[in-house]
Amino acid sequence: MKAMSRLHQFANPMRFARLSQAILPWAIGLTVVLMAVGLYWGLVVSPVDYQQGDTVRIMYVHVPAAWMAMFTYVFMAAASAAGLIWRHPLADIAAKSAAPIGAGFTFLALVTGALWGQPMWGTWWVWDGRLTSVLILFFLYLGYMALWQAYDEPAKASRAAAILALVGVVNVPIIHYSVEWWNTLHQPASVLKIGGPSIDPSMLWPLLIMALAFNAYFVVVLLWRMRSEILARRIHIVLMQRAAS
Amino acid sequence: MKRKHQRALFVGAGLAVLALATTLVLNSLGQSLNYFLMPTEVLAGEDVPQGTFQLGGLVSDGSFEADDEMGVSFQVEDGSSSLSVVYDQVAHGLLPDLFREGQGVIVEGQWDGSQFVASRVLAKHDENYMPPEVAEGLKEMGEWRGEETP
Amino acid sequence: MSGFFEMGGYEAYVWSSYAMAAIVLVGLVVVSLRSLRAREAQLKALEEDQKGDAS
Repeated sequence: MKAMSRLHQFANPMRFARLSQAILPWAIGLTVVLMAVGLYWGLVVSPVDYQQGDTVRIMYVHVPAAWMAMFTYVFMAAASAAGLIWRHPLADIAAKSAAPIGAGFTFLALVTGALWGQPMWGTWWVWDGRLTSVLILFFLYLGYMALWQAYDEPAKASRAAAILALVGVVNVPIIHYSVEWWNTLHQPASVLKIGGPSIDPSMLWPLLIMALAFNAYFVVVLLWRMRSEILARRIHIVLMQRAAS
Repeated sequence: MKRKHQRALFVGAGLAVLALATTLVLNSLGQSLNYFLMPTEVLAGEDVPQGTFQLGGLVSDGSFEADDEMGVSFQVEDGSSSLSVVYDQVAHGLLPDLFREGQGVIVEGQWDGSQFVASRVLAKHDENYMPPEVAEGLKEMGEWRGEETP
Repeated sequence: MSGFFEMGGYEAYVWSSYAMAAIVLVGLVVVSLRSLRAREAQLKALEEDQKGDAS
């Protein structure tokens, strides 16, 4: 029985290792190509905005970072739920590995937003519904990572962190709808809106390509981090066996 | 199998309760989460804070005036009412680059019953992004749906 | 070409944004790869150690 459960623990990570080996070269290539095309299109080819001039180019990093900040959180919460329900070790590993990437995206969205807000709005920061809810998202990521650090036992840590991730998922729709529910300084959505995007195609294309580039980047770094986490657990087991013998 | 279903049910029920609780809390907080008030709300006099607060709306066309000492005044409107705002650029800094007539604006300051004395002016932009030529073309064709024509 | 770097007078904000993006994205790659390589090396050393003990 015990041997069976150990086999179950190892079988899937090994299948995952093969799968990730197959995906990684493609994902890396896609990231590099999409980044290069997106950067050239956004910085050189795309026109200035009729109101905001060249600062509109900040959009090509700000918006993909903000989208990925929310996407990564939903991914993390879904993996956490899977980990809680099916006790699948790979699900916990996926959630844990995604958190620092999501925190990075959120940080980037906040910083580039401030760098865009200062010249256009006249302020780096305000406590409106959108900006505040994204700051809360950043703290949720930090809290999630801190919980993993707080426990010595991975089983306990994963459960506590998963519950925080699931509780925090209510913040994601709040971020999205904050600009509709309340008066905010931040403008409403331009791409994901009823009636189609209100961005000129000459700006929408580089934006979508950069968003895809960020997505491919996420896959690459997630797979690296998951492999690293699996190795850490194997090292832990080897060390435990050695201490026991 | 049974344990798995139990856990799934537990997670699902937990999320449902959480969503309900969040909805109730946000509902009860309601308008207090608004970052700014509109001119109509200020003139109605309900819930207008005594001290500093934020007022938002559009800068009325043709209302902008500047005096020799870098003081400016303009009207802020929301479609049904408007009120006048004064702002001193020497004391509080220059207006943001995006500030112009017909554009959204948020001013922070105090309402003295007849005018809004601003200590900070923030420009609000809309969700439309396009090159200048496209904006010109839309205006010429009369297809303009931006903020300049209310 | 000078216009490209000036960004219509907003160069400080535009280039800072792209620089921050580069720092965060490259930084995450470096940190993640470094830990992956270190753990690969550690596990390899441990396994070789074990083989040495067995023989």
